[in-house]
Amino acid sequence: MTALALALGAALALAVVIAVARPFLREPAPANDVLAKPGELERRRLTLVEERDRALAALKELEFDHRTGKISDEDYRGLVGPLRRAAADALRALEPRAEARHATVA
Amino acid sequence: MASLGRAALLLSFGLVAYALVGGSFAAWRRRRRLALSAQNAILAAFCTTLVASIVLVVALARRDLSFVYVAQHTSRSLPLGYALSAFWGGQEGSLLLWLLVLTGYSSLAVWLNRRSGELLAWTVPVLGGVAVFFTFMLCFVSSPFATAAAPADGAGMVPSLQNPYMLAHPPMLYLGYVGLTIPFAFAMGALLSKRTDERWIVVTRRWTLAAWTFLGVGQLLGAHWAYVEIGWGGYYAWDPVENAALMPWLAATAFLHSVMIQEKRGMLRVWNMVLVALAFGLSIFGTFLTRSGVVNSIHSFSQSPLGGWFLGFIVVITVFSVALIYIRLPLLRARTKLESLVSREAAFLYNNLLLVALALTILWGVVYPLLTQAVNGETRSVSKPYYDFFLHSFGLPLLLLMGIGPLVAWRRASLRALGKTFIVPTAAAVVTGIALIATGFGSSTPGLLAYTFSAFVAASIVLEFVRGRRATGSLVRLVARNRRRYGGYIVHAAVLSLAIGIAGSSAYQTIRERSLQPGQSMEVAGYTLTYRSLETKQLQNAQATSATVDVSRGGSHVTTLHPGKSFYPVEQSLSNDVSIYHDPRSLGDVYTIADGISKNGTLDLKVLVKPLVNLVWLAGVIFVFGSLVALWPDAVEQRRLSERYAAVPV
Repeated sequence: MTALALALGAALALAVVIAVARPFLREPAPANDVLAKPGELERRRLTLVEERDRALAALKELEFDHRTGKISDEDYRGLVGPLRRAAADALRALEPRAEARHATVA
Repeated sequence: MASLGRAALLLSFGLVAYALVGGSFAAWRRRRRLALSAQNAILAAFCTTLVASIVLVVALARRDLSFVYVAQHTSRSLPLGYALSAFWGGQEGSLLLWLLVLTGYSSLAVWLNRRSGELLAWTVPVLGGVAVFFTFMLCFVSSPFATAAAPADGAGMVPSLQNPYMLAHPPMLYLGYVGLTIPFAFAMGALLSKRTDERWIVVTRRWTLAAWTFLGVGQLLGAHWAYVEIGWGGYYAWDPVENAALMPWLAATAFLHSVMIQEKRGMLRVWNMVLVALAFGLSIFGTFLTRSGVVNSIHSFSQSPLGGWFLGFIVVITVFSVALIYIRLPLLRARTKLESLVSREAAFLYNNLLLVALALTILWGVVYPLLTQAVNGETRSVSKPYYDFFLHSFGLPLLLLMGIGPLVAWRRASLRALGKTFIVPTAAAVVTGIALIATGFGSSTPGLLAYTFSAFVAASIVLEFVRGRRATGSLVRLVARNRRRYGGYIVHAAVLSLAIGIAGSSAYQTIRERSLQPGQSMEVAGYTLTYRSLETKQLQNAQATSATVDVSRGGSHVTTLHPGKSFYPVEQSLSNDVSIYHDPRSLGDVYTIADGISKNGTLDLKVLVKPLVNLVWLAGVIFVFGSLVALWPDAVEQRRLSERYAAVPV
């Protein structure tokens, strides 16, 4: 039993060493070994995409709340304008030309 | 095979230590291959921990008493199912289960997020760090693979653990406790990598919900085990170890609500980090309470050397989390502000404050006796009235908020709109309150409040579904398009069922005790219980003595119950075998306990009539259903999120 346990233990150790070393075995001399990291422009784009999604989701919520009677017509009229503007701003900021402008400014 | 188990654990230790050190270096120096290698180490650690677990399971199944752990927690006559459940019945085994679940969860999280380069690179060392602690304990402090000369028989298992619920309750709790590590690790990973976007929330949303569901189900299973096995007639005793599972659940509940505000409004970013760290810290604290033996509890293990280590680990994770959140405060600034105190987000905020306040008062109730013991050497305990006071003070407003929140719009709501949406739930609450007082159920103020608030919440949930259906034209479409929201409402219905069940079974229960000779009867809340005879049976590993008690109502026979006691010779222990009649009309129980059985045949019978108690268990079913609805993947949302992150290597 001890010999079997020893053999199983050794096989297990070998298997895990191979698994851990695999990235180095597969690419012994990689052209690029740098972990991808979003640049400033990409981070800014991601923030804008999140803002766009948030603004669009807020508009959807507002419509739904209005249709289910949680928001009065008066409140709806007061809220929908700024939300539409925020969504439009976020969409506009994501246009290629706007991104290029941000990049130039940065 | 113990040596194979030990070797596998040592390999796990080496692997997770590599994931911690190598992973940290890789993330810091941005080494891609090293980061991948650290991720592979996490996957490999799961495999080696699985091997160690299989070794222990085989030893338990074979009753290999040369394993000290097997000898201490099983016996040759113990049925196989219970022998296997000894895996988590003792200290070392339960630590191994913890590590198995942790490495399993971590592997799955790594596998599912392989494309999240930088975020995952910083998350892996955090996962590795937590796993290092548990593997260290298993390798060097409390090993399940210690061996000795095999005794003639094992010490057996505590009779109260020989219950089918013990096969499911602890693993469920572990799945919940350990699951909270994943959101914590990703949150810390996001802070370490200085990420200001919400990827970590998107990644961990389902993890948190799943862990929270397991923790909730685990607690309900534990409550049902206590109800049917311990034999005192209750299901929750504010025991420190029970509280230990409740606290992280409350913190995770707060997080699940507040994270929605961050997603929708970009607010509460610091608060969410605090909550995710608090939930994880409380789950480790709960493990400390159970493992250290510092508290007297039916759940805790004996005094052990683990307490100091756990305390040290809690200090490390607290300092690490607080320092990291503090350092990254400038990145966590809110992008928007609360527009009105009468809005959905404000209701969520109040709910958060109450949930955290409840969790912290429970924490104080658990910690206070430990502090007085440590400082003054005095033994003090915090008992039921303390917890009941805070449960009423924070729990009842929480219940009411559960009904108010869904009725209020995001951003702001006018009084006129509120009046319109509140009219039906308020009317339901008032009618319920008046009906309860008129029918004589106004004797308990907390009970009365709980029922009127419950009526308000029930009406608001129904109203939400009705109005939503009217707006979308189809109930199925409504739920399918808003799974998290309507899954959440179903979970609210579960909490409602729980609240009604708890209020009914505690505020309106009847208890009677009497010594009976065969042929004698007693009356309890409209039921007549007649003691007929005693019978003794030999079971596989116990000798059971049970009474035959006929139950009738209004002159008609309802059922026959068999309360009794069992003697376990190997464990030299006596257990109560309660017998329960579930009344479908009242959704309540007639709960009988044989408090004493004399040699001359006298039965000391204790009877509890607990109205509505079955709603507590029904709540579990509704809870699981609601959680599954909320967890079920939404293809449209998945597509939108993958488009969002596809362009950016995150």
